[in-house]
Amino acid sequence: MLRRTLNRWLGRDERRVDSRNICVGHRSSSNNEAFIPPKFCDNRIVSSKYTVWNFLPKNLFEQFRRIANFYFLIIFLVQVIVDTPTSPVTSGLPLFFVITVTAIKQGYEDWLRHKADNEVNKYPVTVLEQGRRVRKESEKIKVGDVLEVDEDETFPCDLILLQSSREDDTCFVTTASLDGESNHKTHYTVPDTEKDLESLNATIECEQPQPDLYKFVGRMHIYKADQEPAVRSLGPENLLLKGSTLKNTQTICGVAIYTGMETKMALNYQGKSQKRSAVEKSINAFLLVYLCILVSKALVCTTLKYVWQNKPGQDEPWYNEKTQREKDTNLYLKMFTDFLSFMVLFNFIIPVSMYVTVEMQKFLGSFFITWDKDFFDPEIKEGALVNTSDLNEELGQVEYVFTDKTGTLTQNNMEFIECCIDGFQYKYQDAGTDLDGFCVTDGPANKVQHKAGREKEELFLRALCLCHTVQVKESPEQGQGQRDGLMDHVDGLGVDGEGLHPPPQEQRGFIASSPDEVALVKGAMRYGFTFLGFESKTMKILTRDNDVERYELLHVLNFDPVRRRMSVIVRSKSGDTLLFCKGADSSIFPRVRQEEVERIRMNVERNATEGYRTLCVAYKYLNAEEYAQADAGLREARLALQDREEKLMAVYNQVETGMSLIGATAVEDRLQEEAAETMEALQGAGMKVWVLTGDKMETAKSTCYACRLFQRNTELLELTVRTLEDGGRRREERLHELLVEYHKKAVQDAPPVKAGVTRAWSSANHDYGFIIDGATLSMVLNSSSESNSSRYKNLFLQICQNCTSVLCCRMAPLQKAQIVKMVKNSKGSPITLSIGDGANDVSMILEAHVGIGIKGKEGRQAVRNSDYAIPKLKHLKKLLLAHGHLYYVRIAHLVQYFFYKNLCFILPQFLYQFFCGYSQQPLYDAAYLTMYNICFTSMPILAYSLLEQHICMEVLLDNATLYRGIAKNGMLRWGPFFYWTLLGVFHGLLFFFGVRYLFGNPALQDNGQVFGNWSYGTIVFTVLVFTVTLKLALDTRHWTWINHFVIWGSLAFYVFFSFFWGGIIWPFLKQQRLYFVFANMLSSVSAWLVIILLILLSLLPEILLVVFRKPRGPHAGQMKHRLPSSGTSTIFMLSQTASTHSFSWTD
Amino acid sequence: MVKEEKEIANRPDNTAFTQQRLPAWQPMLSAGIVIPGFVLIGLAFIGIGVALFVTSRSITVLEIDYTGIEKDSACFKCSNADVKNCVCNLVFSIDSLFEGPVFFYYGLSNYFQNYRKYAASRDDEQLSGDLDAFTAPSDSCSPYDYNSNDKPIVPCGAIANSMFNDTFVLYRVVNGANKLVPLDGKGIAWWTDYNVKFRNPSVTPLKNAFNNTVKPIFWPKPAYQLDASDPANNGFINQDFLVWMRRAALPDFRKLYRRITDGEYAKGLPAGNYSLTIAYNYPVESFDGRKKVVFSNVSWMGGKNEFLGIAYLVVGSLCVLMSIVMLIVYAKFKFPEED
Repeated sequence: MLRRTLNRWLGRDERRVDSRNICVGHRSSSNNEAFIPPKFCDNRIVSSKYTVWNFLPKNLFEQFRRIANFYFLIIFLVQVIVDTPTSPVTSGLPLFFVITVTAIKQGYEDWLRHKADNEVNKYPVTVLEQGRRVRKESEKIKVGDVLEVDEDETFPCDLILLQSSREDDTCFVTTASLDGESNHKTHYTVPDTEKDLESLNATIECEQPQPDLYKFVGRMHIYKADQEPAVRSLGPENLLLKGSTLKNTQTICGVAIYTGMETKMALNYQGKSQKRSAVEKSINAFLLVYLCILVSKALVCTTLKYVWQNKPGQDEPWYNEKTQREKDTNLYLKMFTDFLSFMVLFNFIIPVSMYVTVEMQKFLGSFFITWDKDFFDPEIKEGALVNTSDLNEELGQVEYVFTDKTGTLTQNNMEFIECCIDGFQYKYQDAGTDLDGFCVTDGPANKVQHKAGREKEELFLRALCLCHTVQVKESPEQGQGQRDGLMDHVDGLGVDGEGLHPPPQEQRGFIASSPDEVALVKGAMRYGFTFLGFESKTMKILTRDNDVERYELLHVLNFDPVRRRMSVIVRSKSGDTLLFCKGADSSIFPRVRQEEVERIRMNVERNATEGYRTLCVAYKYLNAEEYAQADAGLREARLALQDREEKLMAVYNQVETGMSLIGATAVEDRLQEEAAETMEALQGAGMKVWVLTGDKMETAKSTCYACRLFQRNTELLELTVRTLEDGGRRREERLHELLVEYHKKAVQDAPPVKAGVTRAWSSANHDYGFIIDGATLSMVLNSSSESNSSRYKNLFLQICQNCTSVLCCRMAPLQKAQIVKMVKNSKGSPITLSIGDGANDVSMILEAHVGIGIKGKEGRQAVRNSDYAIPKLKHLKKLLLAHGHLYYVRIAHLVQYFFYKNLCFILPQFLYQFFCGYSQQPLYDAAYLTMYNICFTSMPILAYSLLEQHICMEVLLDNATLYRGIAKNGMLRWGPFFYWTLLGVFHGLLFFFGVRYLFGNPALQDNGQVFGNWSYGTIVFTVLVFTVTLKLALDTRHWTWINHFVIWGSLAFYVFFSFFWGGIIWPFLKQQRLYFVFANMLSSVSAWLVIILLILLSLLPEILLVVFRKPRGPHAGQMKHRLPSSGTSTIFMLSQTASTHSFSWTD
Repeated sequence: MVKEEKEIANRPDNTAFTQQRLPAWQPMLSAGIVIPGFVLIGLAFIGIGVALFVTSRSITVLEIDYTGIEKDSACFKCSNADVKNCVCNLVFSIDSLFEGPVFFYYGLSNYFQNYRKYAASRDDEQLSGDLDAFTAPSDSCSPYDYNSNDKPIVPCGAIANSMFNDTFVLYRVVNGANKLVPLDGKGIAWWTDYNVKFRNPSVTPLKNAFNNTVKPIFWPKPAYQLDASDPANNGFINQDFLVWMRRAALPDFRKLYRRITDGEYAKGLPAGNYSLTIAYNYPVESFDGRKKVVFSNVSWMGGKNEFLGIAYLVVGSLCVLMSIVMLIVYAKFKFPEED
């Protein structure tokens, strides 16, 4: 006994690792040994980061973990500790400003989180305790509590559904706040739990909390007084997640299994890995250069100082004796502090405000994407969504676009086109009126029926009606208004005709997770078989003869992308057990009798080439023995706690064999609006478009043609299972051969691609398109021998990079990510963009530099994981060509300008050291040093970086080639950086020496009085502020009133501030250095003249450059003239070709 | 209803700002604007340059170095630091009328008034007449804050301590006799320095304010005796002191010493011989410095400054030249004129 207890004690820790035991309702089972309730965390949700007490230290710590902040903190500390030329205020104030603003922002956000947390944690819930219903605060829920939740309430923690008020022991929930999917999902109670919860005595064994929303395994032991404990399997269908909402169900009871921070929702709070933009890398590189400049400046000054001091009389002239302490200081320590002092003096060269400005620019700039009404889609009534503002400029740098096909290139708006039963083609001929479903019995569709024999036909249609997970939406009793929440996936009959008040029956809609299924059920309905819905576990269908047939649903073998098929096992009234299976041809054909395949295959392939999505339907009779075996296998696998997926898969594979093929369906998925134009524009912009799809090659290929990714003169290089099998040799050999051949064709023989040649002109060269499928890809990537693998990969990559477009079909989600990763890490590390709408695109969206989600029909996972979400594919064009281009130009200019303006700010101060005995005397007053970056020059560049349109949006959209001009980080390479740096040096030299020569005679006033050193600094500073601002004004191509206001306002503010600052004796200042310096400066004609001269001279080369460069660059002016004609004609041509394509399909 | 509201809530505002369609002026720096612009600017600059150049040329400057390093220099005897209260005589002649008003500057070179420690070594509170600061000078004045007996120095700091203390008396030699040229010590400092920034403590007599303080070490006499004859020019508002306290920007500088505006010299210094008697007190040879006196008249642009005129002429000609080059380029290549 003791040993057993000990074992349990010891063992429990081990068990805790992979599973947890929960006692339902805290009732320890009597026939079990004493149950020691393990300690679980409470149900408090803490999403806030800080408390009142730790806010300051924790927030400060986090802020100073950023390199820039830390650098400025160090500078500040040096200023405090060491005797430095500028007071700590000069760097402390900006730092304080930045830190405070950030802290306030974060504090506010955290306060909001606290509020939200409290709302959730204090929310009253009903707990069933010993038969009584007790109201409690949500945070007091403990694991094992039995809760009651009413309709439209949110589940307070993760629950196992025990009891539902619905008769069929189901409940509906929406997980809108979890993954954004607003459709209703069905969850099931645990089978065989007693209706009377009070007497329920059970324990639940389930896995430890894990963040995957769609995975859950567990099992429930139900103890009854006089029986063996019953074991029931628990899966995700039994689990109600915290954060989802109960719908269409009056009340449910459930037992809490994960609480608080262990709920799946809380576990999903962990943010995604941060993507960093390439611009940021450039900034860091530039920063390093400037750091080097800074250090070398300080070193030069320190060295020269000691060289200079060596001369007699220079170190300590009689008029400037040192204090005793200074004399006593160790020489090396003095050198070191001198070095630090110089660092402090020149530290402004690294602009503290740049980080703030860049962040502000990104944050505010991203609003323009959200605000853009062109991104607003009236259908879903949503606009674009920006999940991260860090990548705005990356949108202007995209080189590779990876796009999903279904839902992205196509609408994922499925329409049943035709089917083929037993080799005969059935095409629904009705032109498709709103009420088509009701014309079936006497409609023209009848004409083509009975080809394949009534029996086969009806079997096929029954299969369509049964083999799905579609639900009928019960809307009749609900008002019109309530339906809106369900609109997303409802594709019901009369829903289109909203205002017509159709008969109640027509209001029935279908709810399904995939639109294909709805299309199929609707298709079956056209032929007279209507799915009426579930009645507990029974499916009702209305046959052509208006009979209601009932089938007992025994098992659903769920769809998954790997198997690419799904099955149901049903039992008919007559007692026959049937398995219906539908799936992709590749997954069905091997599992049916081969003689049936050929008849269907032709149809399937024809449909596929026409661009339809095809599914094959098969069935088989299960005799009692087979069924018992399958049933046992499925139950066992479902109960397994470990490797449940694999075990289930094995059973599925075992059951789904030896079926007979009945027919195939073809569903049309229309192209997205303007898909072809968008793709053409992307290619014109120099992007390479790769289509990654799980679909069949033929379907995908025809979509590619329709999208103009492949054109008539495109030579297709195919590397698929089919081409590999052509030669009749081993696949490996053939793969090698083909790779080498294609490589020779596409890479070696191809003339080097000339930059800037648009696609239309390059038609003379050969265009290559590349097609590869999943199986071949995995052969390429995971070749048997190591050496081959990398070589193949290289060959493959080179071929792909030389092709205008690449189509990868039959891809598993992970393979999509693999491809993106491969391209991302290839030579030159090109910027990649992934766009997709479904859960299967999430991996590639996360992998690419920029992930774009389409707010499509396949749920919201893609949107949730994306960086930007847009309603339609066509919006991608504007997002990249207009927004991306502008953001890139803006931020690149911002960065370069910031470095430039700080270089010419600090250079005069550096030069001044040569004239002041290397004594770290600042040239400018502390106020100017502090305010330069914060006030005088910050707003114009911010306004510029938000509003600049160097080329207006329409032109950018019409001329995709303009995008190439900034490709490969064109404005932030070393060339432009060098130019800006040179400009900064030139200006700095000019400012300093211009004033230096003026001060050859410091008597600058007509009353003979002389100017001192603060006048010197103020003149330089005035020239600086004006030049730097006017330089920006010269660069501004798009002057809105805001630009005017901010540019002239900044200059006016500078003048005003200088008057103000110098006009008052400030009691808090120790030295009134600037008292009336500015006013006196303005009273001197010479000062005026030198300021004007220097500003003009600084800007002169700039003006010349603008004038001289313009006619030679891209002919902006000419382009504008040429555009209207060529632009419209292209679009016209495109629409023509696109429509011919669509016509050819329907032929 | 609900739907409409949702639509309204989600639909982005259709304003010019949110759609990035604010009306904007898009300046094009085309040749049509730039070439005439350059010509105009160039001509204007040349005009200003000529005016500056001519003005600068018309300014007369007489500079005499009196450091006394050279053996034949009049002040050679004084350059030895051991000689106290040395007086030397500088004789010079003016060929033609030195047009007035003539400004009399002294100049120092290799003298770093912009040295950081030096620059900070002052106490503006003392100088604004704050008596508290008299007894407790600012730390920044160190080591010129207390003398060896721990008495506070007023005015403290290196700048005040090193105040230039050579004095000059100018004589016109008429028929062998020295005739004093009156020098005006007013109006040589900034008006705001004299009237606002520097204040004597409001204690009469001024001397009492300086009780328990000592004069700067280098000074021969305390601050309240800088100009005992004129209370408006004494103490901290002594204009020589003010001029000195406004530190020079560069190590070679000149400071205004006196103006020659009085009586018969208002028109200028007539041609003839002059003798400048210098009380040579200020040591410069230890740091290899030079001292000089400068007589200059000024114009609307201030003192003589060739740089500005030449710079304007050069930039102006450059502008004109560039416009000509542009004109040729545009004419030759017939770039389209967009208007």
